[in-house]
Amino acid sequence: MTADVEIDHVTMRFGDFVAVRDATLTIKAGEFFSFLGPSGCGKTTLLRLVSGFMEPTEGRILIGAKDMRGIGPNKRPTAMIFQNLALFPLMSVADNIAFGLEVRGMGKAERRKRADELLDLIALSGQGDKKVSELSGGQRQRVAIARALAVQPDVLLLDEPLSALDLKLRQHMRAELRAIQKRTGVTFIYITHDQGEALAMSDRVAVMRAGEIEQVADPVTLYDRPETDFVAGFVGEINRIPGRLTAREDGTVVLETACGPLRARLTREPPAGAPLALFVRPERLVLGDGGGPNAVTATLASSSFEGANIHLVSTLADGSPFLVQVANAGVPVALHPGQNFTVSFKVEDALALPQGAAA
Amino acid sequence: MSALFRRHGWPLGLVMLLIVAFWIVVQVVLPQLLMIDFSFRPNLLPDEMGGPKDVLTLTNYETLWANSVHFGIFVKTIVASAAVTLLTLVVCYPIAFHLAYELKGPKAARLMLVLVIPFWINEILRTFAWYIVLAYAGPLNAVLVAVGILDEPMRFLDGNGGVMVGMVYAYLLFMVFPLYNAIESLDVAQVEAARDLGATWARIHRRVVIPHAKPGIATGCIMVFMLAAGSYAVPALLGSPNSRWFTEIIYNWFFEGGNWNQGAAYAFILLLLCVGFIFAMMKTFRVSLGELTR
Repeated sequence: MTADVEIDHVTMRFGDFVAVRDATLTIKAGEFFSFLGPSGCGKTTLLRLVSGFMEPTEGRILIGAKDMRGIGPNKRPTAMIFQNLALFPLMSVADNIAFGLEVRGMGKAERRKRADELLDLIALSGQGDKKVSELSGGQRQRVAIARALAVQPDVLLLDEPLSALDLKLRQHMRAELRAIQKRTGVTFIYITHDQGEALAMSDRVAVMRAGEIEQVADPVTLYDRPETDFVAGFVGEINRIPGRLTAREDGTVVLETACGPLRARLTREPPAGAPLALFVRPERLVLGDGGGPNAVTATLASSSFEGANIHLVSTLADGSPFLVQVANAGVPVALHPGQNFTVSFKVEDALALPQGAAA
Repeated sequence: MSALFRRHGWPLGLVMLLIVAFWIVVQVVLPQLLMIDFSFRPNLLPDEMGGPKDVLTLTNYETLWANSVHFGIFVKTIVASAAVTLLTLVVCYPIAFHLAYELKGPKAARLMLVLVIPFWINEILRTFAWYIVLAYAGPLNAVLVAVGILDEPMRFLDGNGGVMVGMVYAYLLFMVFPLYNAIESLDVAQVEAARDLGATWARIHRRVVIPHAKPGIATGCIMVFMLAAGSYAVPALLGSPNSRWFTEIIYNWFFEGGNWNQGAAYAFILLLLCVGFIFAMMKTFRVSLGELTR
């Protein structure tokens, strides 16, 4: 089973503080949906509203077209995976997994059978009698997933469950979560502040800032066509060159910047008189003057070797920071700190957006 | 030991060591040894002491089994103390859970203060207050009759009821605090996870909160049981002649019967009973001594 989750004009206030402001969006059944944002942006509050631990001050939450107001967390077709996993330390692994079934009155033998099946699913066969404390971090993670899936929820809610794991394990668990989601078809709602995680796993991502949803889009759109200054800066690295609109023709604009006139795409009509900036990703920059309309001169401050890539931390003529990423092609980059160099980029890779709060 | 000397230097370290040694040897061990010695000797006149009659004997212990009235009171004290313990647990668990899980922080501190304030008054005075409340012509009877729950006043102080009520009240805090400490350390997410998986509150308590609070429950039960079994003031004030407590018998041997040897034997039996209770609780709740004193 799987279900749509509809968040309909939801506002959540704690006293004077507005944790979530007028959020509206629909998460489709079977979708892997992420809420991405810095801490305090309201994403966890939104998750707790869906799970039923809180009721919204205003608005409605519908799961499978059913209004959830007044329905407690124990009666909703959702299951949550907590940030600290919240496994029951005094129960065995199998008892943890079967807890939801025990609650539903399933017999002991049948419960154990289901738990063993789920243990097979998460590649922990035969470890049901162990204590939770005897498992490794990644194994506990999988037990938490199995415990939530055991009750066959329509919607699985995940509250930054990977944040406690080390990098390698985290990357492995991303793939595993994605695979489990595909296999079960359950709607996943995933909360994270890690943009890499959100992009790698999700069908769609909602970026949140200060209680408001800034943009909802698939990962590629989010990365290549951010709609706000905040999204552009929060999702991946980006260079930001403020400028004044001087000319425009079918979808592109010319901005007069500290580095001279630069041409960029304009995907959305900016509010009249709003100050604009040009946004370009560091990895879309090419060393040397490509002969196109967009070339800037930067001064190298330092370079850092990242393995697959080399980051050239630089400044522009007006002193603003500018990051260039070049692929490690096996040839050393012949630049010294303090040296000026030219980079160019395509018009399609540059985006003009109204300036706003930066990430 | 060497850490003590290193931290405080040898003069201060020695003083501390001597104080602790004095406390343990002179104030704890010696009186107990004296009592044990007393309990194994017959009650003699002063000039018979050291004489041929002054021999080690089990007579004082046998008295309890021989005297059916005393033995009955002994058994009743055990059963009633266990009942007081259970009743206190039932009363305190919701209070402790409310304090530790639902209120937390400053609100919990305020409510705890309200719980503690009555205990600034001497135990005997508090027990007298209950005596007044429960009296035949007291306010409780007046209210119950006025409301119509009772047709005529009841003698609350006649049986064991008054003693039970008085003891539950007297030892409330000894149960609330260990429970509070135990429940407070429970991760909120544990309760939420259980709730999220569909558990009712009853099941959450049975499967998550109570197992976690076990050491606290054991500590509270041990304290209340020992205090109840060793209580003198409450049964003396709120009890009736047919609800005598074993401590009253011990008191009588010492101060009215003048038979310290017999009293010492009875006191020692009570002590053994309490030690036995501690081990039984530890076994029942599968907690270690270390967890209890935490």
